[in-house]
Amino acid sequence: MKVRVLVRLKPGIMDVQGAAVKRALAGLGFSELNDLRVGKVIDVDVAGATPQEARTRVGEMCRQLLANPILEDYTIDTVDDLAPREAGR
Amino acid sequence: MRFGVVVFPGTWSDCDFHYVISEVLHQPVQYVWHRERELAPFDCVVLPGGFSYGDYLRAGAVAGRSPVVEALGDFVARGGLVLGSCNGFQILCEAGLLPGVLTRNECLQYRCQSTHLVVENVETPFTRGLRPGQVLTMPISHGEGKYYADPETLARLKQQNLVVFRYAAADGSVTKASNPNGSLDNIAGIVNPEGTVLGMMPHPERASETAIGGTDGLLMFQSLLGSLVEDGSFLKR
Repeated sequence: MKVRVLVRLKPGIMDVQGAAVKRALAGLGFSELNDLRVGKVIDVDVAGATPQEARTRVGEMCRQLLANPILEDYTIDTVDDLAPREAGR
Repeated sequence: MRFGVVVFPGTWSDCDFHYVISEVLHQPVQYVWHRERELAPFDCVVLPGGFSYGDYLRAGAVAGRSPVVEALGDFVARGGLVLGSCNGFQILCEAGLLPGVLTRNECLQYRCQSTHLVVENVETPFTRGLRPGQVLTMPISHGEGKYYADPETLARLKQQNLVVFRYAAADGSVTKASNPNGSLDNIAGIVNPEGTVLGMMPHPERASETAIGGTDGLLMFQSLLGSLVEDGSFLKR
């Protein structure tokens, strides 16, 4: 079962990386951005599990290692295909 | 006093700690590989700076779940001392042995510079030879040293006097300008309520000989040595 985890900084936690990227985009002419925050995608392929079992196991992985609950929130989605949906170019 | 210096893949301050402990302090010291769990031979375990496991995922995250760090829980429960500096502080927070977390410097820069630290808590084996308000000079060298904790945790740290060092100006005043990384309340180092686990971003091992620019770090090691009593326990004051 393929699972996609999105880890994001919690609202209110300053995202200095996002601020730097936003500034760089402004330098490229993208000055219309109100906000930009950077997160992480973690793709997990769990062997021999139902969607519910896979979500439970990956939730446990998030609590034990993948996210730091002081700083980060996460979402867990089962997906059909972990490959990117759109090519980069 | 018997020291163990933990080595992870990517640790870089292990040799500096080993050198100071063996050549400056003349104390017995051994390296401890990250897969080991046997810490009984030591009075004090050091988690040095560096980039353990490449700091993949988050700084100190993978190391915080390694066999040697899992064994630290029992070691601390038996009264052992733990000093985590730089990446070692990040690992202690990730492992839950100290509260809070170290995150990316607010200035977006890796900061490698000398800092002044004002001593806030001398009720620990690491600081009992120091005076409250004493100003120490030690280097920092990190990109992710901004201490953060939720408001409840910060209130508890203050109430229980668990903040040991704050970044300060040369006169000891705690100012925004003297905060190199955006740490909450200028926090540079904290301790557990028992006073036995100290985490700090600065590098005492890089301030332990006049030849390399100062000996204020040595004052901490000397406090430690003076804290060990005959039955193997440690004095706070």
